[in-house]
Amino acid sequence: MLVSAIMALSVTRNATAETGNAIVPNERGDSLSILSPDLEVIQTIETCARPRGIHFNADRSSFFVGCADDDMIAIYDTATLELVGRIRGVSAPETFDLHPDGRRLIVSNEEDAAASVYDVETGEFLTDYLTGEEPEGVQVTSDGRLVFVASEAANLVHVIDLEADAVIADILVDTRPRRFALTPDEAELWVSAELAGIVNIIDVGTLKLVGDIPFLPTGFRPEQVTPVDLVITADGQRAYVALGRANHVAVVDVPTRKVIDYVLVGSRAWGLALTVDEKRLFVANGLSDDVTVIDTESLKPIASIPVGRVPYDILIDDR
Amino acid sequence: MIARVFACLMLLTCPAVAQDVAAIAYLGLEDDPYYEPQPVYTGLSLRDRERPLDGARLGVRDSRVLGRALGVKFELIEVLATPEGFTDVLSDLKATQPLAILIDLPAKLMAQAVAETGSDDLLINIRDGSDRWRGPDCAPHLLHTAPSDAMRSDALAQYLRSRGWDDVLLVHGPTEADIAQAATARTSAAKFGLKIVDQRAFELTNDPRRRNKSNIALLTGGARYDTVWLIDDQGDFGRYLPYATYAPRPVIGSEGLGPHAWHWTFERYGAPQLNQRFRRVADRDMSSDDWAAWVATKVIAEAVVGAGTADRGAVHRALRAPELSVDLYKGVRGNFRDWDGQLRQPILLATQNAVIAVAPIDGFEHQFDTLDTLGPDRDDSTCKR
Repeated sequence: MLVSAIMALSVTRNATAETGNAIVPNERGDSLSILSPDLEVIQTIETCARPRGIHFNADRSSFFVGCADDDMIAIYDTATLELVGRIRGVSAPETFDLHPDGRRLIVSNEEDAAASVYDVETGEFLTDYLTGEEPEGVQVTSDGRLVFVASEAANLVHVIDLEADAVIADILVDTRPRRFALTPDEAELWVSAELAGIVNIIDVGTLKLVGDIPFLPTGFRPEQVTPVDLVITADGQRAYVALGRANHVAVVDVPTRKVIDYVLVGSRAWGLALTVDEKRLFVANGLSDDVTVIDTESLKPIASIPVGRVPYDILIDDR
Repeated sequence: MIARVFACLMLLTCPAVAQDVAAIAYLGLEDDPYYEPQPVYTGLSLRDRERPLDGARLGVRDSRVLGRALGVKFELIEVLATPEGFTDVLSDLKATQPLAILIDLPAKLMAQAVAETGSDDLLINIRDGSDRWRGPDCAPHLLHTAPSDAMRSDALAQYLRSRGWDDVLLVHGPTEADIAQAATARTSAAKFGLKIVDQRAFELTNDPRRRNKSNIALLTGGARYDTVWLIDDQGDFGRYLPYATYAPRPVIGSEGLGPHAWHWTFERYGAPQLNQRFRRVADRDMSSDDWAAWVATKVIAEAVVGAGTADRGAVHRALRAPELSVDLYKGVRGNFRDWDGQLRQPILLATQNAVIAVAPIDGFEHQFDTLDTLGPDRDDSTCKR
């Protein structure tokens, strides 16, 4: 196990300021598309096989890309976009979350029914936990105590207590749970249930289901509504949910849990990212190979930018 | 609304939950000719089949962690019977009270299994696509995860209709299965507005007096059509049809584009994960039969979740409930038709190495569930259960 004393990390970032660029891993294109703040593709970088999850390190000086078909996590320098390291031997990484200590990366291993923990400084494998088949979304609480992992095939949300070093609960949710969002007060965990076409809400204190939000944009059949990624704004007032094959993003009022709008985007919308000012929402459309950018005030799409094959997720370098 | 059990098992705080055992049985035939190599010529075997036990095993394995959450241990009982000892084996198996028996049997023994079990038992047919089991020979305690021939045939017909390839030359073989499936194809064609321009039977013969039944140019000439719909259960003749037809038209059905429950190249809806998981345990590609066995264990696990217990009666009710909602890895959730016990499911239309379309094809609508555009609908069913 990891010893409790973890080196304090320097949080100084290089003098280079953030670029405002968005980085998009293209799952089938084996590439990263770089979008400038004026919404142009300014660079396409060849990367590893089947890049999916993407996440900054603690000080945002570098970012991690999960390479599912290479069984590794690639580390890129944010400023230069150069490959600076690899964590090898990570079985089919899908998504991951970084522990608040900045050292531990918790990874879902899609084909191994496990969530594994790696030290991002040394690349060392620390431990793993048995999950249901096809683990997907990973979410660490800000106090660093709990990790939530969704198992797509088992319809479970696993709750890992890192201090107890154990899975302390398996919460049954609706069909095919995919991703998470925590409300800013971390009282509620929102889980997208892809095939049920809803978001389940888990009370983090009791670890019980306390609510559902169903979605159905006009003109779609329920089975076409397949929510995947979701984000909640910093003030905890609004949530955005990518509805997959329903080709829309749902806008939800968080306090009332009511859908207030549906915004038309590209085909099979999955990955989402908000800019730091939350004025723009980026949406990765897996089956139309583009990224739609939504103006969050008017709730209108302002651009759709072609990227590589099957964009999966989005990371924005603006904070 | 979506029915669900609000269950949360806190393993640390209440660890003393007794583990229920949820047993699922697989019943097959020893030395089943269906799984024997089927050579058509020296050293040449066209359609070797593998017993779908690996599919059932994978399904039970997939349910391990779900079982951890439910306090239920899923187990697979694997039984192979001989025709002589069949009655005894079945009665022993019934006595162990499994939640369900997956039956992988030739038609004759399947009829026997259905007759020798009753309302207290539950059989899940994972192999036989014949429409008789969903029609005149259906039974209240018989469910099917293998798609029916009618569903597969409807899927193909929908695709042809959606492409506007309306004129079909139906070419079929001489076996009983070929003739039954040709009738099914005609029904599908009528259902979706295709025109069968002609129906022709082939024969495996070199007799020059019957060359109109064996010469492919003659067999496919003298008619105008968009596609040749081939029905050849054995496969020895049909493989020579593509690229040899009189008119330059695609061959579909038994060769070329065919309707399948599953395909090893399917790329959507989590299918690659299932295919890779299967390949890792079985060291071969997942077949439609494997999928039917796998999904049978999955529906049972899902019914245990729905019932909130491994009690047989409750699980059987949950299995038949309209609220059952099983991730089929084909993009939609499935449950069983209450009129004939058939699992609702999409059908993949695939060539040997690509899935071209998934039926129901966009545009085919239904008043309740688009999946019911495939196979006999409630009002058309001849099943009197």
